[in-house]
Amino acid sequence: MPTVSVKRDLLFQALGRSYTDEEFDELCFEFGLELDEITSEKEIINKEQGDGKADGASEIILYKIDVPANRYDLLCLEGLVRGLQVFKERIKAPRYKRIMPPISEVQRLSIMEETTQVRPYAVAAVLRNVTLNKDRYESFIDLQEKLHQNICRKRSLVAIGTHDLDTVSGPFIYTAKPPSEIKFKPLNQDKEYSASEIMDLYRMDSHLKHYLHITENEPLYPVIYDSNGIVLSMPPIINGDHTKINLNTRNVFIECTATDLTKAKTVLDILVTMFSEYCQKPFTVEATEVTYPNGKSYIFPELAYRREKIKPDIMNKKIGINETPASLAKLLTRMCLKSHVIGNGNNIEVEIPPTRSDIIHACDIIEDAAIAYGYNNIQMTIPKTYTIANQFPLNKLTELLRQDLAAAGFTEALTFALCSQEDIASKLGTDISATKAVHIANPKTAEFQVARTTLLPGLLKTIAANRKMPLPLKLFEISDVVVKDSAKDVGARNHRHLCAVYLNKTPGFEVIHGLLDRVMQLLDVPPSKDNGYYIKATEDSAFFPGRCAEIFAKGHSIGNLGVLHPDVITKFELSMPCSALEITIEPFL
Amino acid sequence: MSPTMGTEAGTAGPGSAAELLLQRLELAGGSAEGGLCSLEAAAALGLDHQTLVGAVKSLQALGEVIEAEQRTSKKWELTPEGEEVVREGSHEVRVFNSIPLEGLAQSELMKLPCGKVGFSKAMSNKWIRLDKSTEGGPHVFRAVESVQDGVREKLLQLQQGDPNSLEEKDKSELKKRKLLTEVTVKTYWIRKGSAFSTTVTKQETDLTPEMIASGSWRDLKFKAYNFEALGIMPESGHLHPLMKVRSQFRQIFLEMGFSEMPTNNFIESSFWNFDALFQPQQHPARDQHDTFFLKDPAEATQFPMDYLKRVKRVHSQGGYGSQGYKYDWKLEEARKNVLRTHTTAVSARMLYQLAQQEKFTPAKYFSIDRVFRNETLDATHLAEFHQIEGVVADYGLTLGDLMGVLKEFFTKLGITQLRFKPAYNPYTEPSMEVFSYHQGLRKWVEVGNSGVFRPEMLLPMGLPEGVSVIAWGLSLERPTMIKYGINNIRELVGHKVNLQMVYDSPICRLDA
Repeated sequence: MPTVSVKRDLLFQALGRSYTDEEFDELCFEFGLELDEITSEKEIINKEQGDGKADGASEIILYKIDVPANRYDLLCLEGLVRGLQVFKERIKAPRYKRIMPPISEVQRLSIMEETTQVRPYAVAAVLRNVTLNKDRYESFIDLQEKLHQNICRKRSLVAIGTHDLDTVSGPFIYTAKPPSEIKFKPLNQDKEYSASEIMDLYRMDSHLKHYLHITENEPLYPVIYDSNGIVLSMPPIINGDHTKINLNTRNVFIECTATDLTKAKTVLDILVTMFSEYCQKPFTVEATEVTYPNGKSYIFPELAYRREKIKPDIMNKKIGINETPASLAKLLTRMCLKSHVIGNGNNIEVEIPPTRSDIIHACDIIEDAAIAYGYNNIQMTIPKTYTIANQFPLNKLTELLRQDLAAAGFTEALTFALCSQEDIASKLGTDISATKAVHIANPKTAEFQVARTTLLPGLLKTIAANRKMPLPLKLFEISDVVVKDSAKDVGARNHRHLCAVYLNKTPGFEVIHGLLDRVMQLLDVPPSKDNGYYIKATEDSAFFPGRCAEIFAKGHSIGNLGVLHPDVITKFELSMPCSALEITIEPFL
Repeated sequence: MSPTMGTEAGTAGPGSAAELLLQRLELAGGSAEGGLCSLEAAAALGLDHQTLVGAVKSLQALGEVIEAEQRTSKKWELTPEGEEVVREGSHEVRVFNSIPLEGLAQSELMKLPCGKVGFSKAMSNKWIRLDKSTEGGPHVFRAVESVQDGVREKLLQLQQGDPNSLEEKDKSELKKRKLLTEVTVKTYWIRKGSAFSTTVTKQETDLTPEMIASGSWRDLKFKAYNFEALGIMPESGHLHPLMKVRSQFRQIFLEMGFSEMPTNNFIESSFWNFDALFQPQQHPARDQHDTFFLKDPAEATQFPMDYLKRVKRVHSQGGYGSQGYKYDWKLEEARKNVLRTHTTAVSARMLYQLAQQEKFTPAKYFSIDRVFRNETLDATHLAEFHQIEGVVADYGLTLGDLMGVLKEFFTKLGITQLRFKPAYNPYTEPSMEVFSYHQGLRKWVEVGNSGVFRPEMLLPMGLPEGVSVIAWGLSLERPTMIKYGINNIRELVGHKVNLQMVYDSPICRLDA
């Protein structure tokens, strides 16, 4: 969930009133936001870098507000204020307008064929006669960063470039070139670098290094030029210094390059709807023309308003309320979804503004009505759904066995399903290739290399972590292991295993053997070679030679028991003799 | 405890220290304080004080026979050197006596064991004189006819038990000479108890089969039990606290008529884990940083292809009243195997199955099982945890129904103060986070997440248009940590568990 940090006083000024922290927290809760933290720049620096480092830092109170991940329109102060003011019916939602300048003055961006392989889409817009100040400028930069981190998926889907239009002259060209042929002065640098040098320059940059991989290994790098060959940006890495925006910038050229056109349009719409507030004619945006390699031209930003019809009785039924159509329309209007009743009250027409890309289905509209109604004002009801409950048979058996294993004096362990390769292979005297283990592609540490194929390592590690406990230690676990199985759709399946270990000064094979007898008694399986269970000497690398037996039940091999091999004991950092039992319980269902 | 303990020496029997003490106490009964000092009693009975203290303790163990109050007192005692003085006289007297009338060479005198101290004391008493002019070195001569050994007399007086007869000045003088020392003595002030008797019956430790057989228990007295002590814990196995809480949640769902889903498949395809839930392929949850992908088996091979096509369409183009996400949906992404990140993947499989029936029947499902996240680990987050999930599918379910079911569910957990916050989940709309008021923290804390599954998820499965599916989820670990007061999740889950905590954990009653 993205967190937006806003200056409290600036927020209250924009909201036209002040709140206590509790009041504002309450308002956020109702609207689906969360006032996560009340802090200041000074406090943040103190917390991150230690006391004393924050001398001179601002003590202005900041609200950190958690915003739902699909509400890009609330990612800046401007949007938050607009959303809350409309919600509280203090203002009406603004209507965003795209203005078409005279043909000769339209800013044009041409996309060259070369971009197809690396970053094929671009959209653009112009904000005319903007009045910026420090707070507005910072908010503008912050919003771009928030969008980059969220909807733009760390610039991989969309990258935003904003430029002082008065420093360049169109038409603009979006192309891709070999890195050696791109040379410009990157933002806030004091000299020109080639594209390859720029990559090296930012390799250590705590911020930009995360984006280098997106284009680094491409033969051609995306780049935007003006008609004089001035570099506006090298997306998705960095803008040129030449077109840098400052507090005096009046006309802003916004370009978004992308691998996902839908998201690029959304990002552009959000940026211009939020900051056109500061244009001479508020909420108006100047159109640009973007020409694609196939010669087709499009006008951006789209700023499309979509109309949906929704039946009031469906809304009432889905929410569980009983409101009039007019009242429902009013609820939606409070959520920036301007609505009115049509067709004798049988329908509500809802207008979805360009800021609400999250509204893609009637259910999204219904949710907004419910939020405006107030979730906590909805009458709670109990559905009449009549069903007979069933336990999952494997879990039912597991639950019953657990109780009786504890009654037999064994204590239940709960160990991880993920472990290292060593745990299930070399530590048990076998090779990983001999296991049918599933392997994880992206483990952050060796603890998560594979899914366990046996419960034994987890129990032995549990004992190793509890060496101070009095002997004997008797542990068990009934849980799932995972093995590859090509018969399953995903190529792997779980098996429910029962594992028990006994650790003492003597091996205690008879104790573990007795537990097997008890488990079979509980499962109503008699000792018999025909249709019951029996054990038969076998060899297994995890067990001491001559001290291991295979367990057969109902004609199938179900597992092993025996005295653990001294090497196994040592590798699990234990020093006492230990006997163990591991069986699958699935044949007993 | 040894069964023979009651017959040990000193406790009882004629002529024992205990009996002697009781008799003396009987005699002293009328005295002013109505009691005896153990030290005096020992002296009077000719017993060692320690023996008498032993008798006091064994009588105390019998109950109310006597009352004994511990006191501390100071006592003067002779040092070994003081005792030597009593036996052989003070150093100065011994020096005086060893000097013949004709005198003694000082060097010879100094060789005597008492020489050095005795010489200086005798000199200061002016009992002897030193003549340095004598031939062959200085000689010592008697200066008086006879002497009296006052030091020895004083020590003797003290040893005979009359410390008060000495003046403080003398005592400190003798102490300074290390002939006398002051020691602290622990004594008892002994009085008759409410069950006082001059004879002590031998007490039995415990009932034996022989006593029952012979009936002798009727005449025997039994040693009192110490009810302050703890008993001996039974040897037993123990269930893991998280699993105990799990059993309770299972029970609650079963009480509410929910059937258990088969969640015994940790490996899931991205298709069921994400795509089926209308979670777009670029969603951050599908990032390497958040999800464990598999290297082997890397991809799932079988899908219900008709359904998969409908899923593809709703993602890329929309439909079912949806705009869709308008992106290029790729089968390769859907094939990728993952360790399931939520049990909702299983719910999706169940709902798909439900949709394959001829005629829809309402269903209530639950599951509690492991899920996996490739997250950064800390005191409250592990790479695997248990998700609790409840799902209801029926015609015409409302948001009010969801809240009502949640209220009933949480009431069974002992949580009654609930409120609901609008939230965002990719596969539910409306979505609501469930908050409960925490009395201890004095604030609202999130206890679960819930919502109504999106039509883009349900309709491609083939569920009828009017069917709504409400669902909620929470983790099993968090309520367990709160219930059992555990701050570090590693002490609860995994091999680093504290087994003592497992042994000691009480039964789980969530509503208590």
